Amino acid sequence: MKNKVVVANEKQISKRITRNKLAKGLFLAATLFGMIVLATLIVRIVTQGIGYLDFGFLTSYASRRPEDAGIKAAILGTVWIMSITIPVSLILGVGTSIYLEEYAPKNKFTRFIELNLANLAGVPSVVFGLLGLTVFVRLLEMGRSILAGGLTMSLLILPVIVVASKEAIRSIPQEQYEAAYAMGATKWQIIRTVVLPAATPGILTGAILSLSRGVGETASLLMIGAMTFIAYTPTGVLDGFTVLPIQIFSWASRPQVEFQAVAAAGSIVLLIILIVMNSLAIVIRNKYSKRY
Amino acid sequence: MKATIRERIKQNKSKRSSQNKIEKIMPMVFLLMASISILVTAGIVFTLFRETVLFFSHVSFINFITGTEWYPFFGNDPSYGIWPLLSGTFTIAAIAMMVAIPIGLAAAIYLSEYASDRNRKVLKPVLEVLAGVPTVVYGLFALTFVTPLLQTFIPDLPIFNALSPGIVVGIMIIPQIASLSQEAMNAVPQSMRDGALALGATRLEVALKIVIPGSFSGIVSSLVLGLSRAIGETMIVSTAAGSTPNLGFTPTESIQTMTSYIVQVSMGDATFGSTIYYSIYAVGMTLFLFTLTMNILANHISRRYREVY
Repeated sequence: MKNKVVVANEKQISKRITRNKLAKGLFLAATLFGMIVLATLIVRIVTQGIGYLDFGFLTSYASRRPEDAGIKAAILGTVWIMSITIPVSLILGVGTSIYLEEYAPKNKFTRFIELNLANLAGVPSVVFGLLGLTVFVRLLEMGRSILAGGLTMSLLILPVIVVASKEAIRSIPQEQYEAAYAMGATKWQIIRTVVLPAATPGILTGAILSLSRGVGETASLLMIGAMTFIAYTPTGVLDGFTVLPIQIFSWASRPQVEFQAVAAAGSIVLLIILIVMNSLAIVIRNKYSKRY
Repeated sequence: MKATIRERIKQNKSKRSSQNKIEKIMPMVFLLMASISILVTAGIVFTLFRETVLFFSHVSFINFITGTEWYPFFGNDPSYGIWPLLSGTFTIAAIAMMVAIPIGLAAAIYLSEYASDRNRKVLKPVLEVLAGVPTVVYGLFALTFVTPLLQTFIPDLPIFNALSPGIVVGIMIIPQIASLSQEAMNAVPQSMRDGALALGATRLEVALKIVIPGSFSGIVSSLVLGLSRAIGETMIVSTAAGSTPNLGFTPTESIQTMTSYIVQVSMGDATFGSTIYYSIYAVGMTLFLFTLTMNILANHISRRYREVY
């Protein structure tokens, strides 16, 4: 016969074990919740928009009739914006991270730059839009142009690119530096011939991921004054523009159900572009990144 | 022969001096690039500040921060009291946090304490994908899926309401909270878990009594960052919450947030130089101050109160 204490103990232990199992189930459900939402979102957007997604959708301009509406101007606008954002943000971002990782002395100014970058990453994009509107559009008189939009976008993703490049540079082992120093290389020679080649895959991966954030970015460009109805092909950086997310937003905010379906069709294209960019980043990471 | 050697030395010297020049110039070039980020911040603060000051030459500062009515489009008698926009913003943020805190933290605990390595390798990237969905797509999802879904439970829910975008903003920040909290939990040393497990604790007890207290500062800081993102979120709210400034916690009514007001005005082409035009800077300044305070706070919490192992 078991005595009372043992029985009570066993009861308590089984209670604790059940509680643990229950909690595990709940935690797992919470983790899966994200997946379920993602699946629902994709299925929903695809079923809603697939009817409008055809070749004509990609090759025609926005229209007042939902069945004629297309995203040609929006896609071209995104390409134009990126053609400014990619070089500007890459050069500034990689330059900043090289300074911080290779040259910066450990002083207050360096810490200030790093803190500043961290805070800049948390500034809402709509505030970046206000900056672009005031400085680029009005002060520098670029107008509501591709140039103003591209520069604003570059500043917006700059903090993210800096973080990614810094990590890539930091992962280069000290031995590589020492070997180069031993051969008599100078600092800049090391950066040019050791650091940059070794860090390129990491930088590229980070850059593509942050650019994919830029492709989906809406609020800041909306502030710059990207138009929602454009029926021409931009021919220069001072032309007006629209981009895919803005086109989607303008369709989504119309009352007609048909236009919401068109917006969903645009969303499918946007999601496909993002998936392609992300897969590219993963491929680069897996194929070229070295483990030391 | 002598001449050539001399020439060679000369050549070498000139080469080295040009190299030396590059060595001196490059750090400055990079310093210049690094300083651009400071310039950007300065630019943001300066533009917001200048135009906000202009705004307050039209509208009194006291009215702005104490006023409870926001009717900028009321022809002759506009009123600019920020409270309705603040309450709209915090309604969205509150709903979002109600969704994101329990789900995000539960997911973080699962990933850090329960999941096997293999499961984690599958689950984490999926969460990252969820974080990568553009906000405008989330907005469309809120408007055309979540709102109708909610309407089946709450029949008189209007098409534009705070509840649906609030929930979707919450879903959007789940990945951020989950992955930042999980990183904080990972920093708790395994030996502490092993010690508790060896004493007979269940995994749940380890999580609640060892891991969460040990990573509390990181968790709180991830929550503050999430809140800051919810406050700054623009497109979901602009698409699905409508544009009716509304004072008080009114989740089932149309509201307006600071961000969606800025978007509304900039879409409507307010005349340059009008009071309405300047008002977006005052609202932007308020928004900027809120998010900046939260980011600094999050940074401070995670640094100051971190347990060092």
